Amino acid sequence: MSEPLLVVEDLSVEFATDTGWVQVLDGVTFGVDRGETVGLVGESGSGKTVTSLSILGLLPPEGSRVTAGSIRLDGVELVGMPKRRLEAMRGDEISMIFQEPMTSLDPAFRVGDQIAEVVRRHRGGSRREAWKRAVEVLETVGIANAGSRARSYPHEFSGGMRQRVMIAMALSCEPKLIIADEPTTALDVTIQAQVLDLLRSMRDEFGTAVVFVTHDLGVVADICDRAVVMYAGQVVERSEIDALYATPHHPYTEALLSAMPQLVARTGRLATIPGSTPPAGSMPAGCRFHPRCGHVRDRCRDTLVAERRLDGGGTSRCLRVSDLVLKGSA
Amino acid sequence: MLRYTVRRILMIIPLLFLVSLGVFALVLLIPGDPAITIAGENATEAQIDATRERLGLNDPVLVQYASWAGNALTGDLGSSLFSNESVVGAIGGRFPVTLSLTVAAMVAALLIAVPAGITAALRRGRWQDRGATLFASVGISLPNFWVGILLIMAFALAFPIFPAVGYTPLSDGVGPWVLGLVLPGITLGTAVAAEITRQLRGSLSDTLQQDFIRTARANGLTARAVIAKHGLKNAAVPVVTVMGFQIGFLLGGSVIVERVFGLPGLGDLAIRAVLQRDIPMIQGIVVVSALIVMLVNLVVDLSYGWLNPKVRQA
Amino acid sequence: MTTTAPTDGLDGREALAPPEPTARARFVRRFRRQLPAQLALGYLVVVVAGVALAPLLATHDPLVQNLNGVLQPPGGGHVLGTDDLGRDVFSRALYAGRVSLVAAAEAVGVAVLLGVVPGLVAGYAGKAVDAVIMRVTDALMSFPPLILAIAFVGVLGPSLTNAMIVIGVIFAPRFVRLVRGTVIAIREETYIEASRSIGTGTATVIRRHVLPNALSPLIVQISLTAAMAMLAEASLSFLGLGVQPPDASWGSMIERGFRYTASAPWLTVFPGLLIALTVLAFNLLGDGLRDSLGREIRRGS
Repeated sequence: MSEPLLVVEDLSVEFATDTGWVQVLDGVTFGVDRGETVGLVGESGSGKTVTSLSILGLLPPEGSRVTAGSIRLDGVELVGMPKRRLEAMRGDEISMIFQEPMTSLDPAFRVGDQIAEVVRRHRGGSRREAWKRAVEVLETVGIANAGSRARSYPHEFSGGMRQRVMIAMALSCEPKLIIADEPTTALDVTIQAQVLDLLRSMRDEFGTAVVFVTHDLGVVADICDRAVVMYAGQVVERSEIDALYATPHHPYTEALLSAMPQLVARTGRLATIPGSTPPAGSMPAGCRFHPRCGHVRDRCRDTLVAERRLDGGGTSRCLRVSDLVLKGSA
Repeated sequence: MLRYTVRRILMIIPLLFLVSLGVFALVLLIPGDPAITIAGENATEAQIDATRERLGLNDPVLVQYASWAGNALTGDLGSSLFSNESVVGAIGGRFPVTLSLTVAAMVAALLIAVPAGITAALRRGRWQDRGATLFASVGISLPNFWVGILLIMAFALAFPIFPAVGYTPLSDGVGPWVLGLVLPGITLGTAVAAEITRQLRGSLSDTLQQDFIRTARANGLTARAVIAKHGLKNAAVPVVTVMGFQIGFLLGGSVIVERVFGLPGLGDLAIRAVLQRDIPMIQGIVVVSALIVMLVNLVVDLSYGWLNPKVRQA
Repeated sequence: MTTTAPTDGLDGREALAPPEPTARARFVRRFRRQLPAQLALGYLVVVVAGVALAPLLATHDPLVQNLNGVLQPPGGGHVLGTDDLGRDVFSRALYAGRVSLVAAAEAVGVAVLLGVVPGLVAGYAGKAVDAVIMRVTDALMSFPPLILAIAFVGVLGPSLTNAMIVIGVIFAPRFVRLVRGTVIAIREETYIEASRSIGTGTATVIRRHVLPNALSPLIVQISLTAAMAMLAEASLSFLGLGVQPPDASWGSMIERGFRYTASAPWLTVFPGLLIALTVLAFNLLGDGLRDSLGREIRRGS
């Protein structure tokens, strides 16, 4: 098989606003191999969550539309797939973990029932079998006394434990791909590390591919094989993880690296990126990052920049990629 | 859960006390001499004195209250001043009619409100939503006796599908019983349906915005399962509350609807008692209906425990 | 007005309104968008004017019987027909409207009078006094309103005034709760503390801060309560426990017409329509006012 497990190709998405349709994703392209973990990185507003929701077909049907591009899982086209078929794939072949463990589980049902419901949806079988499977996955994600804990309600779990439950639910049908949208952002630092460990060991054990959506490059370094950096609805850089940290090829990546809290201890100060992501619908002309870029030149302000392939196998969306030497974190 | 239940039941006691005070105070409100009112305007002096003695009106008010409340606690609410029938017996005899009517109204209300509320929540801002919202506004504004009369004109007189008046007991067969309750049930249920529609629409569309709904969808649950299971159960708490509130309205409305459709229920008994100034009967009906309202609210509160597991710990 | 569409998250439609100059301007601007409430207000103005000018508008004397022309259908000399005693339905409806509206106003007046003071006391005194007042309102609210009203009228004797006083008492807890809630909310506000610390008396605080803040929800509640009071009056009069003949309200007109449902449906249809529309108007006006008077829910205030 030549094609990667997940292929997102030239994906463009628009949202409805009071003033008409506005583009929020512009030609997003990346792939994820089997068993691989890819970081989807960017500030809020970069389009990373929209990208992950559109992979699952979870964008609101009335407020949004895919205007171009293709999303293929194992060679099967997901864009334009009938609702019911897509529903049947969600939770089975591809599933998602969300940022807010406190609100992402239904407070009115026992956690075991919620997992068993997903199992029965995709695997069928009796209630008893589904429940057994639910207890089994809860054990797998490291919940002690899974048999009795399955009978608890979400409010009886701590945030970190709930995120484990979410992961158990996502894993319950052994999907090929899990999209984890900032799964550790809402958690304490120590709990973050535990959840990351868990995700890593799940990947190693089951060979599940993971798209790890985050704004934190530090986490990406911990867990990902490759990174896709997004800015203002576009992919600005794709790279192997080590290469990205050593020699970033886009000024935005450089800025993100210098804003990593992990660097503060070494340099004594936390760099921030001046300005903020432009709102969709009022994108700057030329390179979308130019108003915030420290290396900006006149031609950056009016030249549309395409993604360029680089020698190491990565890509960059910077005009000056050949003459800039950017600072990494190494 | 047990502690919650016990505490909730204990909360009824002071309420019951206040209600009994209020009901007892009704006698004190009788203008002039209650003995004359109760004995009748043509009674002789001796009859009036006898009445006064029988009702204990010569005793201090507190003693009167204590004896009345004491009897009430043992299930003795006195007897009718006119038929000598015991108040509890008369109420018990009429109760099945009013219960049937109330249940019919609730069923009619839910049959209208649940589909309307769900459709409105799912089609927010579209014509289905506007229609349901309009129905909710109009439904609480219609005088129910008028609705009843219009229904009789349409479905009993113009198109004689249902009986216009009268009640067939359940013991005479389920079919006639149900048939006789259709129009009264719709009449009494319209306003309740309007309230529930409004509440369900708001509550369900809030619930459907929640993160856990997104989780359910992300795990491939069908739209139907997401709405019917996760949506409705979580949206139910405020809806059930509203349904509980409606019980007082249903009991009051049943007076009217029983009058319109000639049903021999509690409401009919109440009106007779009022027209005859049958004070013990009036007191009895008020006590029983307040008791029903309190019990229904208790059941509603306890149902929160099932609907919302967090409450059980409180 | 600028529109921003965040690229993350699901909601891409958040509108930011410009800052408001005054509360009144904001109310006017918001109320202008409430078409149903405007129509309701217009309708109520017409109805009030109609019943106020009843002597001018009535085509017949509402009490004069014509036993030769009973149960005449609408049209001819009688716009809305005649009743079982040959009285003109249109003229009677005008005068009956006076009775219905005045009765509703009485009930609302009683409810407000009985509700505001205990609400203020409960909110201010707190602790035991508050607990007692709230238990009493709870008890009052656990009676089915109509049953309680019927019982009181039964004891006091049927009369419209009695009925409306009772209805007013029954609706008073709504105002108790509303005022108490406002007082408690306002007491928490820092400017009240500041004002008290410089020696402003309780009466002044109530006049300057509590009442103005309670006014908007009070107006909304008055409109909604008027709707319920009208329905209650109609119900009691339909049962013969409200207005007594020869006077009539819309409710008692229906009661009279009910005996002729088959032969003279107009006797019930028209008064019922008037009740329904008027109650609907009060409800829509109340809803519209609530949406226009409420505090700014959106960001920025």
